[in-house]
Amino acid sequence: MAPPITPVAPDARTRAARQGLHRGETRSALLYLVPAGVVLVGLLAYPLYQLVVISLYDYGQPQAAGAAPLVFLGFENYVSLLGDPRFWDVLAATVLFAAVCVGGSLLVGTALAVLATRASPWARKLLFLAALGAWATPAMAGSYVWLFLFDQDFGLVNEVLSTLGLAVDGHSWTFGRFSAFGLVAGEIIWCSFPFVMVTMYAGISAIPREVVEAAALDGASATRTATSVLLPILRPLIAIATVQSTIWDFKVFTQIYVMTNGGGVAGQNLVLNVFAYQEAFAGQRYGLGAAIGVVMTVLLMLITVVYLRIRR
Amino acid sequence: MRFRHACATVLVVTVVAACAPPQADNTGDQGGGETTGELTVWLFQEASNGPKEAVVDRAVAEFEQAHEGVTVNVEYLPVDGRAPRFNGAFNDPASAPDVAEFGNTDLAGYAASNGFADLTADLDAWDEGADLVPDVLDTATIDDKVYGVPWFTGTRALYYRTDVFTELGLEPPATLAELTETARAIRAAKPDLYGIAVGGKYLFALLPYVWAHGGDIAERDGDAWSATIDSPAARAGFARYAELITPDICPPAQCAQLTGSQSVAAFAGGKAAMTIGGDFNRAAVDEGAVKGKYGVVPLPGTTDGQIAPAFAGGNLLGVLRSSDRRQLGWEFVRLLGGKDYQRAMYDAMGTMPTFTDVQDGIAGDDEFLVPFIETVQAGTRFVPATPAWTQIDAQAVLPTALQQVATGELDVNTATSAAAAEMDAAFAG
Repeated sequence: MAPPITPVAPDARTRAARQGLHRGETRSALLYLVPAGVVLVGLLAYPLYQLVVISLYDYGQPQAAGAAPLVFLGFENYVSLLGDPRFWDVLAATVLFAAVCVGGSLLVGTALAVLATRASPWARKLLFLAALGAWATPAMAGSYVWLFLFDQDFGLVNEVLSTLGLAVDGHSWTFGRFSAFGLVAGEIIWCSFPFVMVTMYAGISAIPREVVEAAALDGASATRTATSVLLPILRPLIAIATVQSTIWDFKVFTQIYVMTNGGGVAGQNLVLNVFAYQEAFAGQRYGLGAAIGVVMTVLLMLITVVYLRIRR
Repeated sequence: MRFRHACATVLVVTVVAACAPPQADNTGDQGGGETTGELTVWLFQEASNGPKEAVVDRAVAEFEQAHEGVTVNVEYLPVDGRAPRFNGAFNDPASAPDVAEFGNTDLAGYAASNGFADLTADLDAWDEGADLVPDVLDTATIDDKVYGVPWFTGTRALYYRTDVFTELGLEPPATLAELTETARAIRAAKPDLYGIAVGGKYLFALLPYVWAHGGDIAERDGDAWSATIDSPAARAGFARYAELITPDICPPAQCAQLTGSQSVAAFAGGKAAMTIGGDFNRAAVDEGAVKGKYGVVPLPGTTDGQIAPAFAGGNLLGVLRSSDRRQLGWEFVRLLGGKDYQRAMYDAMGTMPTFTDVQDGIAGDDEFLVPFIETVQAGTRFVPATPAWTQIDAQAVLPTALQQVATGELDVNTATSAAAAEMDAAFAG
C-alpha cells in the first residue's frame, strides 16, 4: 500500500497562522491568569512547599520554638511512616470507609434524584428542602445531632427500638469498630447525598424528552431505557460526582473526630486525616505529620488526575 | 521536555536543600527588664469560672495599686485548646503572654521548647518559697531548675456511695483486690449501678494501681528513659485495674471510652457506687444526684492499711522566657501564687494549696479534704518528666493498651509489651 500523501503546504500555513493567533492569545491569557496565579502560589504552592520541606526534617515543638537544632532527615520520616503497620491499617480503613461513603451517597442521591423527577412539584420541593437542610448543616452540628440520636442512654433510636421490643437497652453504637464506622458513614452519607442528588437531578432534567420518547417508540422497556439510554447520557455526571465525593470522603475529619471521640476505642476508627492530626499536632511531631500530609496530597492528586481525564 | 524535567528536578532539589523550616528565636537572654506597661496573663477557664475570676481580680487590683503605670490584662483559655495556644506563643514570642498558668504534666514539653523562664534563684530568695510541699515543687522542676510556682495541687481518692454501702452492709475496701470484690458484689446486687465508674481513658486512675503494685510506667537512667510498663509488677497493677472494666463491674461498652471527668460524672449522676475522683471534683459531685450520700477514703494499696501512691496533678504559675517584663511577671506570680491568694483560691474554688502550713490550716476546718491530705502525705508520684511524655500522652499509648485489654482484643502481656515498645520509640525521639 502506498503511503497517504500529506498536503504539506496548506497544513503548514494554517498551523503558522494558528500559532500566530495562538501566541497573541497566549500572552493575554497569561496576563489574565497572573492574579489567580499569584494567589495560588501564595496560598497553595508555598504552603505545599513548606509541607514538603518540614517532612524532611526532625521538626517537633522544640525545633519550631528554636530551642533545639534542626536535623535534616531526608526521607526518614517517610521510611518510618511507611514501615509502620498502623499506617497501612489506617490507610486501608480510610480507603474502605471512603468507598462505602461514596457508594452510599451515590446510591441514595441517584435514587432520590430519580424520585424527584417523578414526584409532584410540592413533594419535590419538600424533598429538596430536606436535602438542602442536611447539606447546609455544619459537619460539627450534624455529627453531634447523630450522636444524640444514637446515644446509648438517652438516644431516640435506642428508645424507639426498645419500644419495638428489641433488646437494645444501653446498646453502645460507637463501641464496636464496624458499628462506629457504620454510624459515621451514615452521617456522612446523610450530609453528602444532596450534592449527588442535585447533580443527578440536573442531569436527568436536561435529557431531551425526544430521546426517551424515541426509545419508547422503538419499544424499549423502562429498564432498557434506563440502562441503555439514560445511563450513558448521565455517565460523565456520575463520574464527576464519584470523583468529587471520593476526594471529600477521603479527607473526612470532623465526623470521625467528633463522633468517635478522636478515633474510637483503642484507635480503631482512625482515618488518615485524624491520624495525621494526632501525630502532628497532638503528638507535636510536625515532621512526621507533614509526611502524612504529603502522602495524602499525592494520593488525592492521583484521584484528581483521574477526575481531569474524565472531564476531558 | 526531558531537559525541562531535569531542570525542574535540579531546581527543586536545590531549593529544598537550601531552605529549612522556620524556627523562632528563643535562645536569647531571659526576658527584658521593663517595669511599666501591660502585663498579659493567661489563666485557665474553669467549669464555673466566676469565683476564680473574683479572686484573680482582687489580686490584679492589689498589684496595679502597688505598681504605678502597670495594667494587668488577664485572658482565660479553655484547657482543651491550650496546646496550640502555648505552642503558638513559643513559636511567635510577639503573641506570647508574660505570665501563664499551666499544667504540671505539660512542663517537660514547655521546658524543652525554652518556653518558660528559670525561676530557681527567685524562688530561693522568696521567704514563702521554703514552705512549698517538696513533692509538689518537684513537679515544677526539670533538671534542678524550677519553672513555676505550684498554684494548687490535685490528688485523687476513692469516692463511694454511703447509702449503697450501708444498704448492702459493705465496708469501704481496704485493699485494691478487695475493691474489685466489693465492686462486683454491688453490681450483682444492683445491676443498674456500675460497681465502680472508671474508664479506659482514665490514666490518673490507672497510675496509682501500677505504683501500688511496686511498678512504674517508665524508668530514668541518666538522661535516658525506658518503659517499664511491661515489668511484672507494673503488669500486675495494670491487670488489677483492667479487670474493673468488665461486664460484671463497669461494662466495656460503656466504660472503655470513659475519661476521668466522665467517670466522675457517672458517679455524680448516681450511676455508680464508687469512682476515683479528685478533691477538685467536689463541686461537680455536689451538683449531682449523690450530694450528701457519699464519702471519700484514700485509694487503698495492695495490703491493709496501705495507701496507693497518687498522681500529683496541679497547675503552676510561670513567667514566659520571651517576656519583656520578667521581674514584673515574677512579682505577679509571687502575689497570685503566694499563701494569701492560695488560701483565697481554696475558699473560692476548693483547690488544694501547695504550702504545708496553708494545707494544715484548712485540714482542721474541712473534713472532706482529710483523705486527700492523707494521700498527699503518704507520698505522691508523677509522670515521666520528659518532653516525650507529651507525645506518649497524645498518642494515648496507655489508654489504647487498656482499651485493647478491656475489649478482649489483646491480653495484658501483649498489650503492655506493645505499649512499652511505643513508649520506648517516643523516648528514643
